[in-house]
Amino acid sequence: MTNLQQHPEPPAELEAEPVVVNLGPQHPSTHGVFRLRVIMDGETIQDVEPIFGYLHRGTEKLAEERSYTQVVTLTDRLDYTAAMSNNLAYVLAVEKLAGIEVPERGMYLRVIAAELQRIAAHLIFVGFSLDELGAFHTPLLYGFRERERILDLFEMLCGARITVSYMRPGGVHQDAPVDFWPALDRFLADMPHYLDELQGLIAENEIVVARTKGLAVLLAAKAINCSMSGPVLRASGVAWDLRKQDPYDVYGRMQFDIPVGANGDTYDRLLVRLYEARQSLRIVAQARKEIPGGPVRTQAPFFIRPPVGEAYGHVEAPKGELGFYLVSQGGISPYRCKIRSPSFINLTALKEMLVGYKVADLVVIFGSIDVNMGEVDR
Amino acid sequence: MILAGNSLYRNIYGFFVGLLPDGLSWLGLVITGLILAFVFVNALMIFVAGVVYLERRVLGRFQSRLGPNRVGPFGALQPIADLLKMVFKEDVVPAAADKLVFAAAPIVMVVPALAMMAVIPYGKNTFVTDLNVGILFAIAITSVSSLGIFMAGWGSANRFATLGAMRGVAMLVSYEVPMLLSLVGVLLLGGTLSLVGVVDAQRIPFILLQPLGFLVFLIAATAEMNRAPFDIVEADSEIVAGYHTEYSGVKWGVFQLAEYGAMIVSAAVLVTVFLSGWQNPFVPQGWPQVLPSQLWFLLKVGLVLFLLIWVRATIPRLRIDQIMGFAWKILFPLALLNLVVTAVEVQLVPNPNTWQLWVLVAINLAVAVGAVVGFGAAFGRRRTNPTASVTLVSLQAEVVR
Repeated sequence: MTNLQQHPEPPAELEAEPVVVNLGPQHPSTHGVFRLRVIMDGETIQDVEPIFGYLHRGTEKLAEERSYTQVVTLTDRLDYTAAMSNNLAYVLAVEKLAGIEVPERGMYLRVIAAELQRIAAHLIFVGFSLDELGAFHTPLLYGFRERERILDLFEMLCGARITVSYMRPGGVHQDAPVDFWPALDRFLADMPHYLDELQGLIAENEIVVARTKGLAVLLAAKAINCSMSGPVLRASGVAWDLRKQDPYDVYGRMQFDIPVGANGDTYDRLLVRLYEARQSLRIVAQARKEIPGGPVRTQAPFFIRPPVGEAYGHVEAPKGELGFYLVSQGGISPYRCKIRSPSFINLTALKEMLVGYKVADLVVIFGSIDVNMGEVDR
Repeated sequence: MILAGNSLYRNIYGFFVGLLPDGLSWLGLVITGLILAFVFVNALMIFVAGVVYLERRVLGRFQSRLGPNRVGPFGALQPIADLLKMVFKEDVVPAAADKLVFAAAPIVMVVPALAMMAVIPYGKNTFVTDLNVGILFAIAITSVSSLGIFMAGWGSANRFATLGAMRGVAMLVSYEVPMLLSLVGVLLLGGTLSLVGVVDAQRIPFILLQPLGFLVFLIAATAEMNRAPFDIVEADSEIVAGYHTEYSGVKWGVFQLAEYGAMIVSAAVLVTVFLSGWQNPFVPQGWPQVLPSQLWFLLKVGLVLFLLIWVRATIPRLRIDQIMGFAWKILFPLALLNLVVTAVEVQLVPNPNTWQLWVLVAINLAVAVGAVVGFGAAFGRRRTNPTASVTLVSLQAEVVR
């Protein structure tokens, strides 16, 4: 007869083993086809292994097969939320390589286009960040609503909305139509109010603050060691912006400030981008005021044959420093085209940022780096 | 007769007993029960379809888009189109799934919502049964859904589903405590556990006498029905779809039915307990009424549902530890405070006349505001402007070309 009161001795320590979860490549918040192999203890992340390459299209190799002008279309598809910035980085590299001068009006148009693109990209970022925080699509669709106006402006400029291919070595493809300027003025008049609204709704929302303040702090030294750039670096307190440090086109003449975060947490990374969108508006307004007349493009030959040599052109893309390193052997296409994509390099600190946090924070932290898989996998 | 007070039941029963021979009057009871069950279950299904449509339209407006507007007038037939789609979809069962548990989970989820319908008074004398422990029954039967969530999560053999199930069980069990405690104040005031009786006990809506209880119950009920900002069980951006990640076709549809059914029924309980149920809020009982009481009930439930949809469109999701902390550190003490204050009041003024009632309303309102403000000050993370962490730095461009 067994004694029913007597329970078997429970094990001194209950056996628990960590669980491996594959977030992605099909997952709602991986910004494309990214795969994170996460080792979790319950909800807490113990280890993270990023696996990418699912969207590899061989852009660098394809560039070697095309003429210098044709490569512009490939750059559209790197970070497909910021095609203008990609265009600009590439044409700057080609101009440096081939020594092509750009007329003033062309440079101003490029600055206007690139800054509008920055606003559009940051609106997407803010929308998706809030989506990852669990706000059911409302901020996302608000962001998309205003981004639509920027895409309309792009459509006026070049006929395309996403894959614009607007810039060419030596300037831009075509001058802005007459309708463009009043539309731009209306946009500049409306957008500050909209950004105020967005900031009021998001930046002071109690849940957003509770979820993101102090989350995944990235110290300045760590960020620099990991070669981070763009808003992620600036949120960590480093005032580094290529538009100031190495001004290309006419950025040297533009009056704007650099938003810098004090804490380097997820909240700062969110807010820095909202502030940057305002500064971009300032730049666009100034460029719209100062833009001179004249040609928009130097007549470069259809097949550019740069002298033997190499050149590196870089811009401050919405996600960070985007650079194109081109090597010429005198032919009509680059001998080598190396792309320094900010998304890819900003992922360097991902593991350090994620370990110890919960699954719910994982998507938020990963989203706050703002990567685009088209650019990571190239 | 157990349900003699219920005219609806009595009429149907009387009709069938009149038709049946003398010895078979028990059959009349069975037939009447089946008819009522059939009517109420289908009413819930139709109501769910309506709420799904309402939610999609309202969310659409909140998000500055149109929402479904293609099928039928104003897209009103969209739920039917969705249902047809679900029926024709392949019912995928994962190879590693525990087949029995996997198939049983949707049923376990949907039954509580249906069973709760039995005790809710939909209007004057319109209820299935006047259960004398109706509130306890409602609370008890709601907890069954956490079993369904765990069955679905575990049976799917999917790690996202398991995570969702883990979260769900932890959260639902925690939020039952403040939910039940917030109702105890109402029990003290009303002196009855019956949901039918509680409506009659409300000379003024209990939301005025129990503002704190209402707040706690609303939040806890939102968590119980897995709605935003407590939707961590099926957080789409984190764990894909939570416990029903692996479900498709009709089984998924049953989950949706269960979820929205629970939402409607919880809103109905909220209306019954705190918003004076089917009573006309403007014209006192006994005066001639224009609108039927059932319509008032529907209007109030619709109002609560709209509030829930509004919250979903507005607020981001909380993290699991924040949600658990919120339940135990804030809602639980608030519910206890409410209970203590109410108990003292009931002891001091057992049968309040009208002006005493309004004095109690004022006291309770002051306690509620004070408690919420006090807890906010004690637990609020934000004492400074959060946006101060980002500053603008002016730099000179280094090289001017």
